Amino acid sequence: MTSTPEMTSSPATASGPATGRRRYTKVDPIPWWLKAFGGVVVIFFILPTLFVIPMSFSDAATFEFPPRGFTWRLYENFFTNPIWLDSLGNSFLVATLTAVLATTVGTAAAVALWRMQGRVARFVRTLLMVPIVAPAIVVAVAVYIAFLGWQLTGTVLGYVLAHTAIAVPYVVVSVTGALGGFDLQLLRAASSLGSSPSRAFVRVTMPLISRGILTGAIFAFIVSFDEVVLALFLRSPVFQTLPVQMYNSVTVEIDPTISAASSLMVVAVTIIFLLPQLLRGRARRR
Amino acid sequence: MTTPSTTVKATGSSPGTPSGTEIRLDRVTKDFGLAAPAVDDISLTIRPGEFMTFLGPSGSGKTTTLNLIAGFETLTAGTIALNGTDVSDVPPHRRNLGMLFQNYALFPHLTVAQNVAYPLRERKVPKREIARKVAEVLELVQLTGRDDNHPSQLSGGQQQRVALARAIVFEPSALLLDEPLGALDRNLRSALQAEIRRIHREVGSTFVFVTHDQEEAMNLSDRIALFNNGRIEQIGTPQQLYAEPETLFTARFLGDSNVFELGQAALGRSIVWDGESWGVDPATVAAHPGVRAGSAIVVRPEDVEVAARRDEVPPGANAVRAVVRDVEYMGSYRTLLLAMGRRGLPGRTRVSPLRGDYAIGDEIVAWWRPGAQRIVAA
Ligand SMILES: Nc1ncnc2c1ncn2[C@@H]1O[C@H](COP(=O)(O)OP(=O)(O)OP(=O)(O)O)[C@@H](O)[C@H]1O
Ligand SMILES: [Mg+2]
Repeated sequence: MTSTPEMTSSPATASGPATGRRRYTKVDPIPWWLKAFGGVVVIFFILPTLFVIPMSFSDAATFEFPPRGFTWRLYENFFTNPIWLDSLGNSFLVATLTAVLATTVGTAAAVALWRMQGRVARFVRTLLMVPIVAPAIVVAVAVYIAFLGWQLTGTVLGYVLAHTAIAVPYVVVSVTGALGGFDLQLLRAASSLGSSPSRAFVRVTMPLISRGILTGAIFAFIVSFDEVVLALFLRSPVFQTLPVQMYNSVTVEIDPTISAASSLMVVAVTIIFLLPQLLRGRARRR
Repeated sequence: MTTPSTTVKATGSSPGTPSGTEIRLDRVTKDFGLAAPAVDDISLTIRPGEFMTFLGPSGSGKTTTLNLIAGFETLTAGTIALNGTDVSDVPPHRRNLGMLFQNYALFPHLTVAQNVAYPLRERKVPKREIARKVAEVLELVQLTGRDDNHPSQLSGGQQQRVALARAIVFEPSALLLDEPLGALDRNLRSALQAEIRRIHREVGSTFVFVTHDQEEAMNLSDRIALFNNGRIEQIGTPQQLYAEPETLFTARFLGDSNVFELGQAALGRSIVWDGESWGVDPATVAAHPGVRAGSAIVVRPEDVEVAARRDEVPPGANAVRAVVRDVEYMGSYRTLLLAMGRRGLPGRTRVSPLRGDYAIGDEIVAWWRPGAQRIVAA
């Protein structure tokens, strides 16, 4: 839900140490009106998300704003109700496996396309973006029909495969961004020093694009973690993810526990997003 | 075009230890599918321990040839052998050749010591030995104490020193250097030239050095292979290339020269150019049984003397009248830029500041001994 707007900033944060870590702040001071405008946009995007947090502590039986009273009751509900807990666990499992698979596949694809250059590579790269731009419902129906035949609906494997398909483009974009500052000459140097191509990838390429890979992995995790359309189609009575359970809780039962679930999700996703920056801060102090 | 068997006397320039590797290129061709092949049927033997320089204008195929030796490019035709073993199909990481790049190509995520240790770790050298060798080679390139710096914390010259250390620490069969000093300023260049020469002497392995700077080539090399349009125009010691150019291209590329094109004139005891009759050294006649169309006489500026009048020219010398076009003061000597003969062919000569004053527009006579002139193919 929240992942797409941030995508634009990924190539900047993903550029490896090869491009230097100096930042030029003195170039062209930003005018005040641009800052004000930026502020408004930020508030516009973030405010609705922030409403949900005070509501999760509300004492009222239905959704109400401003919230009345203060209680941890909804959180208690969340952490004691096996339905919520199981769906949380399922989401973590699917998202983790998706992150691993999508990062592996996406990194391989990005590196291969980067080495290939040319028209074919550009075409394939565009093709890989299709899952992002295609309407989610179209992808979902297509996946549903295919997976019915292969008996993959409602299985962990099915979820992971479907989520990987939509997560790979994010990894490709972020790794491609990191490769932008990568000097091909380094691979020649490595091979002249005795590294086979695969060794050179492990010892030179990977460390230098690690931030792009990490960013891609985080995007993949979050794309899967908050994905709802595919998950609705693939759910089974015994296996559903957290977003699906949240969807159920408002459409089927009107359970206010969703405010707690939402708040937890916002906080978790935010922390995961900030992870690379926290890591970078630590690396710089070293 | 032809490269006759150059018989180079192994004089003082030969390296001390015979530990180097022989690199033999046999009819090597590389075609990128452009109008002409980048490397066109080159045969060349680089001797063990030799400092060989590939010199030539931009786009003449020097880098491509070096990359073929390194294994970064595949051969279109021909073979490359290291010490007699055909390596044409061996991938670069198994050729055991060190390589130095113009932009250093240090690994930015590794420290100086880790960069230098890289090839040793790839060869699974024991930890303790790695530490010893790294320290040793960093001392050789005079970078002791910078072990823990990252490349970005070093100057360009220091970075190239690290790259040099990294390229020799694993004792490669040969070191390939592609314009390694191209990105450095003048002072640093000559300092590093001296260092590269010293290291070549100390490690005694074969060096193949690419440059388009003739001065650098003259300074460093045992032999120079002069490239032109994907072929080797001439190969020989720096002195040979300068004093005995075989083609006009060689004469023009190395140093300044006065060039008198001969057209169809036949070569006998004398030769006629622009109405002037010149004597020819008998040895030259023997070497050039007939002057082909487009041949030329080449005389180096330092061999050209200046007289005020024709009767001051010593007997037996070849002379041409000339007008002083410009005077360049070079400190210890002056260069006169001349317009020679009736057609005012541009020429130049060096004169010592003691020998009178020359002003623009002065009519003089330029002369040289027949032994100083070279007849070259155009
Ligand atoms: N990878 C390539 N693909 C296509 N053409 C190439 C490639 N590499 C080199 N060439 C061409 O081959 C020719 C020789 O290039 P090369 O780089 O060997 O020249 P060079 O002598 O090293 O020149 P410079 O002094 O400018 O470095 C040039 O015409 C160049 O355009
Ligand atoms: Mg080159």
